Amino acid sequence: MGSLPLVWWLVASVCFIFSLGGLSRHETSRRGNLFGMIGMALAIIAAFCFKLFPAHAPGHDEAHGVEILSTGSLILLLATIGIGGVIGSILAKRVEMTQMPELVAILHSFVGLAAVLVGLANFCNMYGGGEGAEYVIHLLEIGAGIFIGGITFTGSVVAWGKLNGKFTSKPLVIPNRHLANLAMLLTCLVLILLVIWVNWWIAFFFLIIIMLISFVLGAHLVLAIGGADMPVVVSMLNSYSGWAAAAVGFMLPNDLLIVTGALVGSSGAILSYIMCRAMNRSFISVILGGFGGESSVAGSGDDGPKTYHTTNVEETAEWLVNSDEVIIIPGYGMAVAQAQHPIREICELLQKRGVLARFAIHPVAGRLPGHMNVLLAEANVPYDIVLEMEEINEDFCNTGTVLVIGANDIVNPGAQDDPSSPIFGMPVLECWKAQHVVILKRSMATGYSGVDNPLFYKENSSMLFGDAKSSIDGVLNALRGMA
Amino acid sequence: MKIFVPRESFANECRVAATPQSVKKLIKLGFQIQVQTGAGHAASFPDALYEEAGAVILPQAQDGWRSADIVIAVNPPSMEEAQLLKPESVLVGFVWPAKNKELVAQLASQQVSTLAMDCVPRISRAQKLDALSSMANIAGYRAVVEAAMAFGSFFTGQITAAGKVPPAKVMVIGAGVAGLSAIGTARGLGAVVRAFDTRPAVKDQVKSMGAEFLELEFEESGEGAGGYAKEMSPAFIKAEMELFAAQAKEVDMIITTALIPGKPAPKLILADMVRSMKAGSVIVDLAAEQGGNCELTRPGEKYVTDNGVTIIGYSDLPSRLPTQASTLYANNIVNLLTDMTPDKDGVVKIDLKDQVVRGTLVTHRGDVTWPPPSIASPSPAIPAAKEPKPIPAAKKEPGVMSQPMVMGCVLISAAIFLFTAGYFLPAQFVGHLTVLVLACFIGWQVVWNVTPALHTPLMSVTNAISGIIVIGGIMQMGANWYSASSLLAAVAVLIASINIAGGFLVTQRMLGMFRKQG
Repeated sequence: MGSLPLVWWLVASVCFIFSLGGLSRHETSRRGNLFGMIGMALAIIAAFCFKLFPAHAPGHDEAHGVEILSTGSLILLLATIGIGGVIGSILAKRVEMTQMPELVAILHSFVGLAAVLVGLANFCNMYGGGEGAEYVIHLLEIGAGIFIGGITFTGSVVAWGKLNGKFTSKPLVIPNRHLANLAMLLTCLVLILLVIWVNWWIAFFFLIIIMLISFVLGAHLVLAIGGADMPVVVSMLNSYSGWAAAAVGFMLPNDLLIVTGALVGSSGAILSYIMCRAMNRSFISVILGGFGGESSVAGSGDDGPKTYHTTNVEETAEWLVNSDEVIIIPGYGMAVAQAQHPIREICELLQKRGVLARFAIHPVAGRLPGHMNVLLAEANVPYDIVLEMEEINEDFCNTGTVLVIGANDIVNPGAQDDPSSPIFGMPVLECWKAQHVVILKRSMATGYSGVDNPLFYKENSSMLFGDAKSSIDGVLNALRGMA
Repeated sequence: MKIFVPRESFANECRVAATPQSVKKLIKLGFQIQVQTGAGHAASFPDALYEEAGAVILPQAQDGWRSADIVIAVNPPSMEEAQLLKPESVLVGFVWPAKNKELVAQLASQQVSTLAMDCVPRISRAQKLDALSSMANIAGYRAVVEAAMAFGSFFTGQITAAGKVPPAKVMVIGAGVAGLSAIGTARGLGAVVRAFDTRPAVKDQVKSMGAEFLELEFEESGEGAGGYAKEMSPAFIKAEMELFAAQAKEVDMIITTALIPGKPAPKLILADMVRSMKAGSVIVDLAAEQGGNCELTRPGEKYVTDNGVTIIGYSDLPSRLPTQASTLYANNIVNLLTDMTPDKDGVVKIDLKDQVVRGTLVTHRGDVTWPPPSIASPSPAIPAAKEPKPIPAAKKEPGVMSQPMVMGCVLISAAIFLFTAGYFLPAQFVGHLTVLVLACFIGWQVVWNVTPALHTPLMSVTNAISGIIVIGGIMQMGANWYSASSLLAAVAVLIASINIAGGFLVTQRMLGMFRKQG
């Protein structure tokens, strides 16, 4: 075989880089995904080659124990890959686009769990111990891999639970939680260092403790984060899953895992950073977890009853038709109500009447970065009328009617002019500059951040209460009636 | 209180101080309205519409003047009309107290309170009743329309089958309300517009209307009180004249709107400049009433000079757009009366403490109250760019490390870490570290410019790629498939495979949905 498998791994790494690069633009995105698949296929085939002809595997020295596969283990491997692949394909086919965030979160947890298991398996292969600097470092690497994998695993499970409503989305705030996190982290560090000095069985026991602590830590980090900050959390966990893979790469050792893990880790970190910038959050506090808990001063600007206007579907339809420009701001409420299809129809009806109808997407609308774009794409809305906040924020003053569908905090003017607001400084869509703003909402309840929204009380805003889907259907029917 | 709206008695005046719309609003404020028959005729508001709005039509003007508590008019009343006003009544309209001193004295002697719409102070709060701006806006528009009628070609450039048409070039002097309106209108028709003003602060306004701002190689601000222009130094005027002379040879139309409050209009377009203009060119002089910005302007007239330049010196441009002018003017008056009728009970209260009312009030309780005590009025602020800004001394907040210190700490700790790593760690580990760090940079470079719309697909593809951990599982698989490590590895491979298949396929599905319009 020569070094052929090594070269394949190199090619696989390059494929993954192309894959990520391709995913940064619409035109190349499909090609990017294809590159990813090719890279993955190459990597797996190469790995089998190594296991069948191990002479050229990196780290084929005794300490890392690369064993030739027996027929039994080969069958087991092929079976697990096959079963896993089938389960994954079914999941991917069945998932509703609105459940996308949950799927991504639970898939992250699999990577985390896999990292823990690979770490433990690796340690099992080292039964009997060893000595020297390399042995020490190897133990450290295993500890790190299990630790990061554990955090990713339970963190993702908690995020998944929060996203599909199994856990409360309210941040769990226990006293001294930062101190508790620090204590857990330090305990793990001490245990990892102790692992070096004890015999195999005790070391195994320590690793299990490290694993358990990391499970608790991961769950706690994400539990402390409020539901509104989920987009950042999911992308942060994405980053963690990459680092877990990289840690396993150090452990094995395997350059492909290191490269790929680092690619995923850094890209996830950058996504989280972009999200944080969009929400005016500190990146550091996201990494440490629990930053969503500071918004406990909800409704600070409560000074007596405030008045708001209500409207009905007919009036809304009339405003829409009589505007030159209409901007639709979707939020999580649209995803929950599955209202994207009738919205697309409204959009088309308006375009037929010569109304310029467009969508404005806030970077953190929904529960996953880019969530709204995916939903609108599912409803066949062309992506060139779906615009980002920076592209469209200046156009609101020329806009006749703005429809806010199940969004709240991202259109809160308090973020700009109320320094006491917990979300002060977060960039928001300046929809109140339009002539009419129609807000589709169930009730006057606050958004995820628990902040009252002065937008609702503005002179030019009207509330359209009710389920977003039925309201939108009503507007659609009213529009059809006008033809 | 009873409001009377007379038919304007000025020759050729087509405007009226109230429209059927404004009558409705005034009735809502609690007033009774009387309109002289035919008052709105020239502005296309027939009597019937006023009656429909709730006004009473008076056939005789004299009855109206005599009985009204408030008279709203456009032009100042004649002496005869003024004498009919009853004591304590209120007159609202253009009064021009500087020109009509006799009339003002007469009104004062009759105990009439006069609110001069031409004396509304130029402050933000009073903008909604600034009738001068309303009229200037209309005059600017009409000036371009008049110029277009006298001009023998298109405004807009065209490339037609019959040949290329160059766009008309228009120079607007004075970028006040009228000037800006003229710029906008001429731009709307497609002309190339240049504008000049002595106040550098209006440069941005001119540019925002789409015109080129002509600048002198000369530094002097023409900013006077109240946002109006002031008189300039002789050197400045010389430079200005040279600019105009050069432009006159080139442009097709000149629209002048230069006025300095209380002074005759400055002569900016001299006779020889007019002679240097192309035949067929047009000059519209909006300052004609104050003597004109052009030496050859004949106020109130439109004529053609010997070399074929049309000079339009109409002083009644707003009245030539009577419906629009009446509507805006009537709105200004409604806004004034709304402010003065806080209880909406049809009783006007004259509050001398109100800056706007005080400024507008010309006579009150037998006294001439003009000119009002001066108020500091803002003008468009010029960014004080010429003053060298004091460079703020480096701020040092106690307890916070400065930027260089943080950088230094980072560099030193990085150096310590690298030294330690290099000294203690085996070469293999350092090799892996190299790979890791380089891959991080690649990831950063590759992902940094991702389209936000693709965040979700990117995340799910990176998720699928992080399933590469399956390699780890495969590598840990031992010869005995039932050993602990093999079983652990098998579970890892299983869940990693779910991840890989699920991640790639769902990404595929999402990307398939994105489509471009068309």
